[in-house]
Amino acid sequence: MRNVMKKTCIALLCAFLPLSAQAAGGGSANLEHVEIRLNDTHSLQNGAKIFVNYCLGCHSADYMRYNRLSADLDIPEEIVLRDMISSDAKIGDPMTAVMPVKKSAEWFGVTPPDLSLTGRLRDAKWLYNYFISFYVDPDSVSGWNNTVFENVAMPHVLADLQGRRTAVFTTDEDGQKKFDRFEVQTEGQMSDEEFKSAMKDLTGFLVYVGEPVKLKRVKYGIYVMLFLFVLAFLSWMLKTEYWRDIKSSH
Amino acid sequence: MSFNTWLNDRLPVGQAIKDHLTEYYAPKNFNFWYFFGALSLVVLILQIVTGILLAMNYKPDAELAFASVEYIMRDVWGGWFVRYMHSTGASFFFILIYLHMFRGLLYGSYKNPRELVWIFGMVIYIAMMATAFFGYLLPWGQMSFWGAQVIVNLFETLPIIGESLSQWIRGDYVISDITLNRFYAFHYLIPFILVGLVVLHILALHQVGSNNPDGVEIKKGPKGNQWSDTAPKDGVPFHPYYTVKDIMGLSVFLIFFFGVVFFMPEMGGYFLEQPNFEPANPLKTPEHIAPVWYFTPYYAILRAVPSLAGTQVWGVLGMGAAIAVFFFLPWLDRSPVKSVRYKGPSTRLFLIIFAITFLVLGWLGTLPPTVEYTAMSQFLSVVYFMFFFLMPCYSGTGDNKGLSGLILFIVSVLLYLGVLILWWAQTPDLALWIKTLYTVLGAGLLFYFGVKPGWIKADEIKVVPERVTG
Amino acid sequence: MTDNHVNSKRRRLLTIATSAVGAVGAVGLVVPFAGSLSPSEKAKAAGAPVNVDISKLENGQQITVEWRGKPVWIIKRSQEALDFLPEMTPSLVDPDSNADQQPEYARNEHRSIKNDVLVLVGICTHLGCSPKYRPELSTSTEGAFLCACHGSKFDLAGRVYSNVPAPKNLEVPPHMYLSDNEILIGSDEGAAS
Repeated sequence: MRNVMKKTCIALLCAFLPLSAQAAGGGSANLEHVEIRLNDTHSLQNGAKIFVNYCLGCHSADYMRYNRLSADLDIPEEIVLRDMISSDAKIGDPMTAVMPVKKSAEWFGVTPPDLSLTGRLRDAKWLYNYFISFYVDPDSVSGWNNTVFENVAMPHVLADLQGRRTAVFTTDEDGQKKFDRFEVQTEGQMSDEEFKSAMKDLTGFLVYVGEPVKLKRVKYGIYVMLFLFVLAFLSWMLKTEYWRDIKSSH
Repeated sequence: MSFNTWLNDRLPVGQAIKDHLTEYYAPKNFNFWYFFGALSLVVLILQIVTGILLAMNYKPDAELAFASVEYIMRDVWGGWFVRYMHSTGASFFFILIYLHMFRGLLYGSYKNPRELVWIFGMVIYIAMMATAFFGYLLPWGQMSFWGAQVIVNLFETLPIIGESLSQWIRGDYVISDITLNRFYAFHYLIPFILVGLVVLHILALHQVGSNNPDGVEIKKGPKGNQWSDTAPKDGVPFHPYYTVKDIMGLSVFLIFFFGVVFFMPEMGGYFLEQPNFEPANPLKTPEHIAPVWYFTPYYAILRAVPSLAGTQVWGVLGMGAAIAVFFFLPWLDRSPVKSVRYKGPSTRLFLIIFAITFLVLGWLGTLPPTVEYTAMSQFLSVVYFMFFFLMPCYSGTGDNKGLSGLILFIVSVLLYLGVLILWWAQTPDLALWIKTLYTVLGAGLLFYFGVKPGWIKADEIKVVPERVTG
Repeated sequence: MTDNHVNSKRRRLLTIATSAVGAVGAVGLVVPFAGSLSPSEKAKAAGAPVNVDISKLENGQQITVEWRGKPVWIIKRSQEALDFLPEMTPSLVDPDSNADQQPEYARNEHRSIKNDVLVLVGICTHLGCSPKYRPELSTSTEGAFLCACHGSKFDLAGRVYSNVPAPKNLEVPPHMYLSDNEILIGSDEGAAS
């Protein structure tokens, strides 16, 4: 009988395997790998700087407060107030876009989305690859296009840094247009490596903003686990002690 | 006069403690599978406590709901912890209940005299599903919105009343602020009804006494143990023996529970789905929507049924039947014994097949439908129903399947013929070997579980010992 | 007979140990639960220090600003009104501001940093109504502030009269001068600038 139970358990486990395998996958096959380290404060600070300088003009991060940023990323409040806040926002205010939502919707045709949760909606890999995949496209409204997010409304805000690139497409056997490579048109202020590193920082920052409590959460979790192991051990001893009554009655 | 006497003269507290704890004699041979009932109760309480705390900061307003959840996650002190406990708790509640139900299937806990315990349990399960469904809309993310949209639209398929019924449920032509507001009210209400149902479930259980892995009625066995001369010899007082055991089970369970809360609250997108981090947008459906994992077995059955005679109501009926059929389990099982330990090999085999079928259907329910997946869902849906409909045949001892057994056997055959027509006449895209495989497997199941044990040779049933083992 | 086997000492010890550890766990769970009811970051941000420009404030005039959802008064007192304050002493409960109703720097005769500029939380110490400022009575014993709810009276330094329901002087909030004419209410450290 035990055997049947064991078999059932194994069958249950096996049935779960494809589930987790499926969850791990997820359509971003051709994307470049990126590793985000949330405890790299320097990287996050740099990401925050890029975010404030290049993104916050149009995009908000309305669920993120400046003082949280200051506390979590080790940036003194004076510096946040002086260098990161250009509106009349206070230190406890959320990071709201400089440009009013209505106006930006007129300009771009879409409202630039709030970026507080983008790090959770999209994964780090997608974000990073999106940032590095803009190219010049005279056919689009903004003059830009992106191989990761086709026909995206956003222009390449970081073109000054990355430089202007065009994309070369080939056609495969089925007649499908297929991306081949980028070609540099004009150089930017940053080398390719510098730009990628900067985009890694920005991605890390967005992942952090997606769930600012993540690092702390994991830290608390370790203590909770240690505590529960002690509790489980004690309660196991207690149970064994009481159940000796029943074993001995046999 | 002590306070105790004063109180007990007015309220039977002491008697209740005796009846349900210190002098409630539970069989001494409970195993691993007997933890999940008590654990579900703990999770229910945790869900209510965390839910009330969340309600203090949540706003059931389409304009504010999404932001108020993020407010809880970021601005409320400890709010992320309360919220993750609640979202993780919802999924764990279902995991525990599914294991608890599987225990019932294993050891025949639904059988006479525990039919009412089982029925209360099923009502609890349905109330839980309703609570979960209402609650899932509240974060007002894309998945919340479109999930609710799809489920409410199920009612639209009902003939004649469908459209007005679904509008009545929503209070609007689409899922809207009005819907959110009422779903919130229901989500807050039903858990308290659940508590009442749980009380009935436990009272009904304690009236007849707990079952056990041997399916032996300890009340009918010899009397007298070290605590009482009149109590069943194989019983032990629930308190302290099963309280300390359940506390041990709880501490181990909490390791898993808080492991998810602290280290993987999204559980790879199964507990918190990625599209739900985007606010609900009635103008844009996410690329792929699926209900939360605990609904997906039924969702797979829903999608497996094609529309017929110009209506899709059959899928909805199929899904409803898949849940409703559990209610009839006490009367479908004709075995003279309760526990799978002593039932015949067919029962054991089909139980394993059923468990796997349920899990695979759950997995299929999360995937986008393709021809292959749909065919698989159709095949497994038929297997799902065969488990119940053929039960009078394969669980009986040959002469007690009855007329209803025969009718249900014929229903199973018709279901099987139905999918045969679907595959062979209406699905040219389906590979030949898949069609053949499912056809042969289906026929095999029908023969092995429907014909063989019932009409050719009865299943061998082992002798149940008089006392519990182990 | 089985009772002989029971090691009741060990059993009691294990029961106490498990209960104690379990109780610690329960407290650990209650702390975030109860903590979630404390003021959130949003509430704190809304209750952040407030900047007030007093350059246009004239003698006898009152400005009311909101800080943490409460009215805060800034009143400029004339020399005449200030000179009158000592005369009030006999009819007051706490003329020397002994009770902890003001920061240390406002614990003086005028209950203020600058002699003439009074900063007060405009909430009666009785049951929380907001008293009325009566500038015309600033040099009389009738009470420069009268709480209409229960008749409590205060002088022009916010000190409470004896024989009225209110037990304490009006509260002076933490505040500081950022410049001659700019007050920051709610903070008295150099953190914000």
